[in-house]
Amino acid sequence: YSLPDLQEFVRASKAAMDVVSQLQGQFLDFTTSLYNEGFLDDQFVQLQKLQDESNPDFVIEVVSLFFEDSEKLLNNLATALQQHIVDYKQVDALVHQFKGSSSSIGAQRVKNACVAFRNYCEEKNVEGCVRCLQLVKHEYNLVKSRLDTLFKLEQQILAAGGSVPMIA
Amino acid sequence: MESCNCIEPQWPADELLMKYQYISDFFIALAYFSIPLELIYFVKKSAVFPYRWVLVQFGAFIVLCGATHLINLWTFNMHSRTVAVVMTTAKVLTALVSCVTALMLVHIIPDLLSVKTRELFLKNKAAELDREMGLIRTQEETGRHVRMLTHEIRSTLDRHTILKTTLVELGRTLALEECALWMPTRTGLELQLSYTLRHQNPVGFTVPTQLPVINQVFNTNRAVKISPNSPVARLRPIAAKYMPGEVVAVRVPLLHLSNFQIYDWPELSTKRYALMVLMLPSDSARKWHVHELELVEVVADQVAVALSHAAILEESMRARDLLIEQNVALDLARREAETAVRARNDFLAVMNHEMGTPMHAIIAVSSLLQETELTPEQRLMVETILKSSNLLATLINDVLDLSRLEDGSLQLDIGTFNLHALFKEVLNLIKPIASVKKLLITLSLASDLPEYAVGDEKRLMQTLLNVVGNAVKFSKDGSISLSAFVAKSESLRDPRVPDFFPVPSDNHFYLRVQVKDSGSGINPQDIPKLFTKFAQGQSLATKNSDGSGLGLAICKRFVNLMEGHIWIESEGLGKGSTAIFVVKLGIPERSNELKLSFVPKGPANHGQTNFLGLKVLVMDDNGVSRSVTKGLLVHLGCDVMTVSSGDECLRAITQEHQVVFMDICMPGVDGYEIAVRIHEMFSKRHERPLIVALTGNTDRVTKEHCLRVGMDGVILKPVSVDKMRIVLSELLEHRVLFEA
Repeated sequence: YSLPDLQEFVRASKAAMDVVSQLQGQFLDFTTSLYNEGFLDDQFVQLQKLQDESNPDFVIEVVSLFFEDSEKLLNNLATALQQHIVDYKQVDALVHQFKGSSSSIGAQRVKNACVAFRNYCEEKNVEGCVRCLQLVKHEYNLVKSRLDTLFKLEQQILAAGGSVPMIA
Repeated sequence: MESCNCIEPQWPADELLMKYQYISDFFIALAYFSIPLELIYFVKKSAVFPYRWVLVQFGAFIVLCGATHLINLWTFNMHSRTVAVVMTTAKVLTALVSCVTALMLVHIIPDLLSVKTRELFLKNKAAELDREMGLIRTQEETGRHVRMLTHEIRSTLDRHTILKTTLVELGRTLALEECALWMPTRTGLELQLSYTLRHQNPVGFTVPTQLPVINQVFNTNRAVKISPNSPVARLRPIAAKYMPGEVVAVRVPLLHLSNFQIYDWPELSTKRYALMVLMLPSDSARKWHVHELELVEVVADQVAVALSHAAILEESMRARDLLIEQNVALDLARREAETAVRARNDFLAVMNHEMGTPMHAIIAVSSLLQETELTPEQRLMVETILKSSNLLATLINDVLDLSRLEDGSLQLDIGTFNLHALFKEVLNLIKPIASVKKLLITLSLASDLPEYAVGDEKRLMQTLLNVVGNAVKFSKDGSISLSAFVAKSESLRDPRVPDFFPVPSDNHFYLRVQVKDSGSGINPQDIPKLFTKFAQGQSLATKNSDGSGLGLAICKRFVNLMEGHIWIESEGLGKGSTAIFVVKLGIPERSNELKLSFVPKGPANHGQTNFLGLKVLVMDDNGVSRSVTKGLLVHLGCDVMTVSSGDECLRAITQEHQVVFMDICMPGVDGYEIAVRIHEMFSKRHERPLIVALTGNTDRVTKEHCLRVGMDGVILKPVSVDKMRIVLSELLEHRVLFEA
């Protein structure tokens, strides 16, 4: 690289960095809002800590797994609650699973919804359960879309040559 | 008749006649008596005479004859009968002996004659030997003269001295009047009188070579008698009264160095002859003898040899002088070159140092700045500064490297490094520019590409950066694909580079990297020039193209140092180009501690090394939390196996597992039961893995239950990284953990 090239590089880098910084700003704002609004809790931060050079896609993998699992659980729950005779044990087990996985990834609101769901299960309150299921589903969809947005933002930053800022 | 017993003489006494007879008889007797005396005397004298008894016989015969004649003296007068008897006896004896002698002589005379012939024969023989002796002596003389001449001639290696000496010595030996040497001129068409014996300054005379007399002499190696009137012999004005002596001419071959064979006298290959003319003194009536001619021929040959030796010596002296000159010149040149190199190295060292010091200051301070609290914008700026200064530092080193590369003194810094990480870093460095130019960069690493390799990481990265950088530079849009794979031997042999013969071995592999761009392409004619320093293609007229041209030249040298090859293919302008290089890298041994010289960009691995390789079993039926727990433990360096049911757990567990994390809230699975079974499986405490319960509920009841079944710890899900670290260290230290 000769000096003119270097200047060019610096210029280009700066331009790129402008784009990157903009994206990163967006990312940070968004992430902060997620935490503030309770969609994610500290567990998600922990997950991000587990991502490194030897495991670069850890978070995405785990979150994708969560999405898959959750879809299945939600379907099964819907089916279980539609039975004439509701098997509360089964429902409880499913909700327990959902609670476990959502707390593992730090989907706080989903987890809380699951806790409420379990109470209704204990009471064997079918309407309560159905309502809770809706709530859980709703919260799940919310967190899912937000996580998707978050990942998209990350990809954009990476594509622009920047690095994803970490939440301390 | 009277009875006087006298015998009458036969004839009448004639006094005179009788007297004469008387006297003759007397003398005869005398002679006859003296002859044997003489014979005896001479026989006594000669020891050699073989026929003594013949002499005796002869003596007897003569004596008797003498006696007879003596006695005859008495018969002239009246003599008595006794005398007659004696006379008769004597005569009878004489007759006997003479007959015997006569008979003997018949035998002896042939012998005596043959003695004479033998004597004659011996005399002839002696004469012959004498003659031969004379010849040998002459030859020996000649030989001596030749040796002496040769010695004189060969005692010098100077051409002139040789020739002059020849003439002088020949003149002396053969007592010549004149001796001359005619040398051929440069053209060979004329003979020039070069040396004479008597004349002091023989200048100017030339004769054409094609004279018949000269041809006659040149065609034979013998000395030839020539006429004194021939042009070569007319060296002095001939006065009429002088009768010129005989003249002989002989050729002297002038041998070229290349013609001189030891055993094969080059009769045909020599082309040049000199002519030696020798003249006997006039008015001496001396003729040339054969031995003299032979002497002359031998001398002529010796002169030829001496001249060639002289020529060889001259040549070698000349060559030696030339070599000395050249040596001196070369030495000077070498010293100058060394001085120049040293000056250049000093300059480079100084420049490197002077430019490097502020550069390193920038880099150092920027690194420090990076460690402080910065806003994201500031951080970006600092990163840019660092990147740029690193590149500049690299450029400075490049120039130094290039000079060291030229010297051949550059050596690769071999170490183990992460190959995959290297490619990713290159990608990261290039991304900013590429995204500005809206170029898509893709990286594909082959699945069999080793993660770690042994080689010069820095220079490989430089090469890669250079090549990829060029691809980015010369592409306005489109895509750039970077691919790396392990080269197999068939693909290593490229028809375009026929002299590249890579041989993979057990601890080396060949890395093949291809960078394909869809940019402006290269004119195939320009491709060979690409790797020459400072050369640029004519078609690169964009403002991006004023690189110093060092880059590819350096890359080529690095690649060559790594025992590889680099080349660029392009189908033409506007059709993009592909840069390919193959380098040889080592395969690290497994037992080597891998120097992770390349610091990853993400958060560093804070894991403590005493967890490295810790074998852990995780039992959890929830896929998500199982993954999270596994990720956590892997992050801390453990060797994790996961199971999703109790049965699986019991099947998989071995005494190698040091810790088992089990979720006790699994529906349908009694975690406590599993714990009990584990206790049963491993009777000895030190063999048994430590059992830790994962639960979302840590009330006292749960804890007590865990204790009862023999678990070693309980932790609350979800677990943070730090929490897990503490847990593991407590467990391994105390072999028990119970949260308060």
